[in-house]
Amino acid sequence: MVGKIFAVVVVLITLATAYCVMAHVWWMPVDISVHGPKIDHQIEETILVAGLLFVAGQLVLASFAFVYGGATSKPKQIPGGAKPLVIFAFVLVGAEILALSFIGSKAWGAVYFEAPDPGSMRIDVQAGQFAYYFRYPGPDGKFGPLHPDLINEGTQNYFGIDTDHDQDAKDDIVTAELAIPVNKPILLTLHSKDVGHSFYVRELRVQQDFVPGLNIPIHFTATQTGRFEIVCTQLCGLGHYNMKAYLSVLSPADFDDWLKKQAAAQ
Amino acid sequence: MQQPSAHAAAHHAPPKGFIRKYIFSVDHKVIGIQYTTLSLVAVFIGMALSWAMRIHLAWPDARIPLLGMLSPSGAPGGLMTPEYYLSLMTMHGTIMAFFVLTAAPMAGYGNFMLPIQVGAADMAFPRLNMASFWVTFVGFVLACATFVIPDGPPLSGWTAYAPLSAVGAVAGPGQGWGQNLWGLSIAVFCVASLLGALNFIVTTLDLRTKGMTLSRLPLSTWGWFINAWVSLLAFAVLLPTCLLLVLDRLGGTSFFIPSGLVINDQLQPHSGGSPLLFQHLFWFFGHPEVYIIILPAFGIVSHILPTFIRKPLVGGWKAVTWAMIAVGTLSFVVWGHHMFVSGMSPLMAMVFSVPTLFITIPSVIAVLIWVFSLYRANIRFDTPMLFSLGFISLFISGGIGGFFLAQPSTDSYLHATSFVVGHFHFTMGLSAIFATLAGFYYWFPKMFGRMMNEQLGKIHFWLSFVLVYCVFMTMHLTGFAGAVRRYSAYVDDFMVPLIPTNRFISVAALLLGAVQFIFLFNVLWSRFKGPKAPDNPWGATTLEWDTTSPPPFDNFGERQITVNHGPMEYDGEVGVMQTSPQPSVAGT
Repeated sequence: MVGKIFAVVVVLITLATAYCVMAHVWWMPVDISVHGPKIDHQIEETILVAGLLFVAGQLVLASFAFVYGGATSKPKQIPGGAKPLVIFAFVLVGAEILALSFIGSKAWGAVYFEAPDPGSMRIDVQAGQFAYYFRYPGPDGKFGPLHPDLINEGTQNYFGIDTDHDQDAKDDIVTAELAIPVNKPILLTLHSKDVGHSFYVRELRVQQDFVPGLNIPIHFTATQTGRFEIVCTQLCGLGHYNMKAYLSVLSPADFDDWLKKQAAAQ
Repeated sequence: MQQPSAHAAAHHAPPKGFIRKYIFSVDHKVIGIQYTTLSLVAVFIGMALSWAMRIHLAWPDARIPLLGMLSPSGAPGGLMTPEYYLSLMTMHGTIMAFFVLTAAPMAGYGNFMLPIQVGAADMAFPRLNMASFWVTFVGFVLACATFVIPDGPPLSGWTAYAPLSAVGAVAGPGQGWGQNLWGLSIAVFCVASLLGALNFIVTTLDLRTKGMTLSRLPLSTWGWFINAWVSLLAFAVLLPTCLLLVLDRLGGTSFFIPSGLVINDQLQPHSGGSPLLFQHLFWFFGHPEVYIIILPAFGIVSHILPTFIRKPLVGGWKAVTWAMIAVGTLSFVVWGHHMFVSGMSPLMAMVFSVPTLFITIPSVIAVLIWVFSLYRANIRFDTPMLFSLGFISLFISGGIGGFFLAQPSTDSYLHATSFVVGHFHFTMGLSAIFATLAGFYYWFPKMFGRMMNEQLGKIHFWLSFVLVYCVFMTMHLTGFAGAVRRYSAYVDDFMVPLIPTNRFISVAALLLGAVQFIFLFNVLWSRFKGPKAPDNPWGATTLEWDTTSPPPFDNFGERQITVNHGPMEYDGEVGVMQTSPQPSVAGT
């Protein structure tokens, strides 16, 4: 009786879980990046492979508990001992793993191994407790150098740029919102001024940590206009839960207007 | 098999006086109970912390008066601040991972059972063993002390990523002395674990009684033995890591802090360090650590199953043992999967992905052996068996999540979401706890000489099993929606719609915690009022069941133990003791 109850409970849990995943009760938002479909495909693929193992594993466990509870006949082993199980694990799981590794490495490679488009728009990102700031190079197309000793929240010098002495820094545009033109390759360089942070935009399928002391490049192309949240996913202190900024994907014309307004406000 | 001299070395005179008997005891059984009791206290503290967090997440305006009394600054009027949430989270992880999951199944049961299971009178180094426990105790006191110092506990998570953990109080409340105490506490815990691991290894190798060949070791002993090696190598790295962290904080060094950091508009006086170095060192320990938690669970469940299915495991002792050895070995080459999005080279991400996926194979082999051993068995559903079955189900579910997190491409979306929280709670958290509870119900009669209440045990199991799934499977699902972990409040536009689900998780978690009081009541009631336990209540075959309940101080009295059989001599109702001269029934 106990075995049968166990079996029923396990089956119910398995079915409920499978339903929630298949019916996308909680699910990823629509992807807005060029590379995203590869990641989504890989997640779907993994759901298939891992889901099969999950359902099969739980159902076999449940059925054995159901059938062999309290049996009084002489117990017997499966024929062949452990060998078929070991071979099964190596062949089936091994094949699934190899398949995932090869397909998965393509998806990963598409994000991280392809060099950014040489015509990418470059934007600097500075993360600090508990805000993001973004820097556009201005008309000269060059970023002024960074001087950590000049960073000062009070004077709103979030990056530590020296507009008095650095020619390249004079036209740099610093904003609190990340606006980008749609369908334009973007190359971000991530800096952190204090501790670890992260850049996570679910719709872009991008998550990348900021590491103090390193300049970390990431590149992507957004395919849809809209306003999306950039949130911090690396524990950075008491305001971690509230560290966010917005990503605005704009039409090229809207973007140019936006950037002009930002430049005028500097 | 063994040299008489080595065996004799473990003998000691019966202890005299309360202090030598129960406090500073060198008896491995007392030390095992001390560790188990410490873990029991720790697990209820850890659980209380998770209650406070779950209440705050579901009802951010709720006041928890007790918390206000504990920390007037962290929870003024009982209302939790965001930083105090992170402090509670940090200490929940720290206490659970180190003082519960690492301590109970290995140091607790292993200390009590391993010497008996190999037929020894005690551990190889009884005084070192006593030192291990008391050093662990000091570590625990240091960890708990963070709650009473003015700054409160650290808030950098149990992973204590630098530079947040390294720069000092400037990085936030709790990052002053709270983080110092944390670093010292874990360093001290490492020392205790290293001493314990040495004792386990030497005892298993040198103190086995006559006839106790390696092939006749119970699988629980194999689990502890393999785990001792993993612990020895992993804690040997965490110890210097903690010391370097403390040096960065107090000694003015810059191992983990790069130059040019500006915190609160102050340029930090450090240069040349690497935050990624800390992550590499931490996870070089941290990933083996999750196997340090799960390998004793593998051993315990493999030890318990044959008793309740009345036949040996498929493949005898070899298959599971080799699976455990493979898992333990591979555990040292997978750490980078915690760092796919950390800024580590993307090429290294692929290098770490492959062994991470491959470690699935020995894990799947172990699961297949447990599951297919049930085939044509005579299953007895006593509470230890139910928790073992629960362990298998949870471990399957947890393992499945691993496929998503082992691949850099899928991890880049799911990393740092509640999917990860659900995953590690299923695997190193609740699977390990279920195996630990299975071991508790199984060995309680031996440890205390009394039976636990079976009905309460079953109620404990059913409610826990269903509620664990409600809490942690739901976390997997919200992870797909991108619910970010380690947030003290859900304020982002996309997080707000998840609040009702989050409340459901909180309610289930609070109930899950409440159910554990049934267990606590059962433990305390049975300890003093439970029916007297026979020597071998489950009809088992290994040496711990071949002596009185509880065993005498030297485990077997004057008896000379000679082992003639493997540990799984079951054939239906028949179970042949390892010491029995009668012929084998199962060929183990």
